[in-house]
Amino acid sequence: MGKYILKRIVSLLPVLLVVAVVDFIIIHLTPGDPAAVMLGSQATEEELAKLRDQLGLNLPIYSQFGHWILGVLQGNLGWSIFMDMPVTQAIWEHLGPTVSLTLIAEVIAVLFAIPLGVMAANRRGSWMDQSFMMLALLGISLPSFWIGLNLILLFAVQLNWLPAAGYQPLSSGLANHLKYLIMPAVSLGIMQGALIARMTRSSMLEVLNENFIRTAEAKGLKLRVVTYKHALRNAMIPIVTVIGLSFATLIGGAVVTETVFNIPGIGKLIVNSVLRRDYEVIQGAVLLIAAAYVLINLLVDLLYAYIDPRVRYDKS
Amino acid sequence: METSSVTITGTTTASHARGRRSILIRRFLANRLAVTGSILVACIALVCLLAPLLTSYDPLEMMVQDRLKPPGSSHWFGTDDFGRDVFSRVVYGSRISMLVGFSVVAITSAIGLLFGLYSAYYRRLDNLLMRINDGLMAFPAILLAIAIMAALGPKMSNVIVALSVVYTPTVARAVRSAAITVREQTYIEAIRALGGKAQRIIWRHMAPNCLSPLIIQATFIFAYAVIIEASLSFLGAGTPPPEPSWGNILNDGRTLLKQAWWMTVFPGIAIMITVLGLNLLGDGLRDLLDPHTNKAKR
Repeated sequence: MGKYILKRIVSLLPVLLVVAVVDFIIIHLTPGDPAAVMLGSQATEEELAKLRDQLGLNLPIYSQFGHWILGVLQGNLGWSIFMDMPVTQAIWEHLGPTVSLTLIAEVIAVLFAIPLGVMAANRRGSWMDQSFMMLALLGISLPSFWIGLNLILLFAVQLNWLPAAGYQPLSSGLANHLKYLIMPAVSLGIMQGALIARMTRSSMLEVLNENFIRTAEAKGLKLRVVTYKHALRNAMIPIVTVIGLSFATLIGGAVVTETVFNIPGIGKLIVNSVLRRDYEVIQGAVLLIAAAYVLINLLVDLLYAYIDPRVRYDKS
Repeated sequence: METSSVTITGTTTASHARGRRSILIRRFLANRLAVTGSILVACIALVCLLAPLLTSYDPLEMMVQDRLKPPGSSHWFGTDDFGRDVFSRVVYGSRISMLVGFSVVAITSAIGLLFGLYSAYYRRLDNLLMRINDGLMAFPAILLAIAIMAALGPKMSNVIVALSVVYTPTVARAVRSAAITVREQTYIEAIRALGGKAQRIIWRHMAPNCLSPLIIQATFIFAYAVIIEASLSFLGAGTPPPEPSWGNILNDGRTLLKQAWWMTVFPGIAIMITVLGLNLLGDGLRDLLDPHTNKAKR
């Protein structure tokens, strides 16, 4: 297992390098002088020169990349000129709400999706299967921000049950925390839930056709035991993959959801930075999220090498 | 003699192809969801083409005396805070979504096919291209699109560029995995043994056999492109106002949720119908063209 882990980590290095190069290139796509774009037309030549110097724009491009990547490796993602603080500090201050939001969204998605997917597979072709899968299809067709706006319209504007926007940290009490995050988490989790439900159904259908399931049924085991103990366990690999990957998608989706619900997370930080052209923050936050995605992928790979030992033998 | 055998073989191949096509069409028509999807997509395409005939209002025309009018007989979807007709904005907004979707699908399919095929055929190139692919796929789609838009500036053509960068790796990967299977087939080996040139093998023999996954991916990418274009415009990083795009109509409606629910509900329904239609169509095409999922679904 140790050898397998090491092999997987080494194989990630080129991917991380490409992520860093792409992230670095993005800021250089800006037509003209990025410093002028960031400071606007009012900026003096002196201010422009200072910013160009700070961003290292006077250096040749390879040298700029070298400086930047060395800084990244030392945990220095740059300086936010609008917030006047290191990018790492800005990201750290906005991390809590995003982590909370994505975790709650993931829990909601998994709690609903797996039982629905299993039920649909067990009753393949029935009206229940068809309506669950139609709902799932609808779930992946609705933009999360639109669901969010409709939830606000219903639960905050019409019924006045929940706050329309804002955020309260966990330290203010779990109930209060959830009161602010439940609508954003539902709107964010619906699409992922729909994807997980579809994957659960198709993975279960494959497993339910296997001979060992027929044997288990022939032995007279109860349907629930056959479904959950024998079938679901063997159908878990693709489901775990989708759940793992959905974390990264949720972080991406949080960008829009946080804007709708005015949650001060990484997503809101990125959107604000886009609007005021704070490139170093965008670069830093995007790099961090992409690196997190690569690492989550690694964890998922290791997890299913653990769940199913055949995986590590096959790959080695 | 030789000529007649060639003719006979040619006729047989053509009739086989026709037979296969008619079986595919019959199976497609038997798939209710796929047919529903096609009808929905066709309706949106018609709305987009016939926009000037469907509404007499200019989507940009401001009628201040009519501002925030609820849906009624003169304004079917009501008006916004500038007195613009929401129905005509939603109808014209379909043009932006369709244009972005089509352009992204065309660009990603062309570049993705090229990269996928070359990656599968030339193993040395494969390692390099697939590492770049993995790196690009590590960015959540919307985030990479936002970062590119931040650099390029909010403009519809930039949305197309950003989404093409985001989705080309997905197409390239799908084409590559199909092309690798094709590459190992005996007939490719035979053509190579007969002295067939690499370019001819790639484009004449491998490419046509990779079209099924490409078509399936293209349908889903169209759907993602519509959602992400709307999201970018909603965030103020996509199609800039006053041009009507479903995303920026929703953004206008966000601040007026209490007074004007119609500004939020109708453009959202338009996005939902389009994306649902494309997803149904994509699912249907996958059932039809991908034998693996076909087997799993049975």
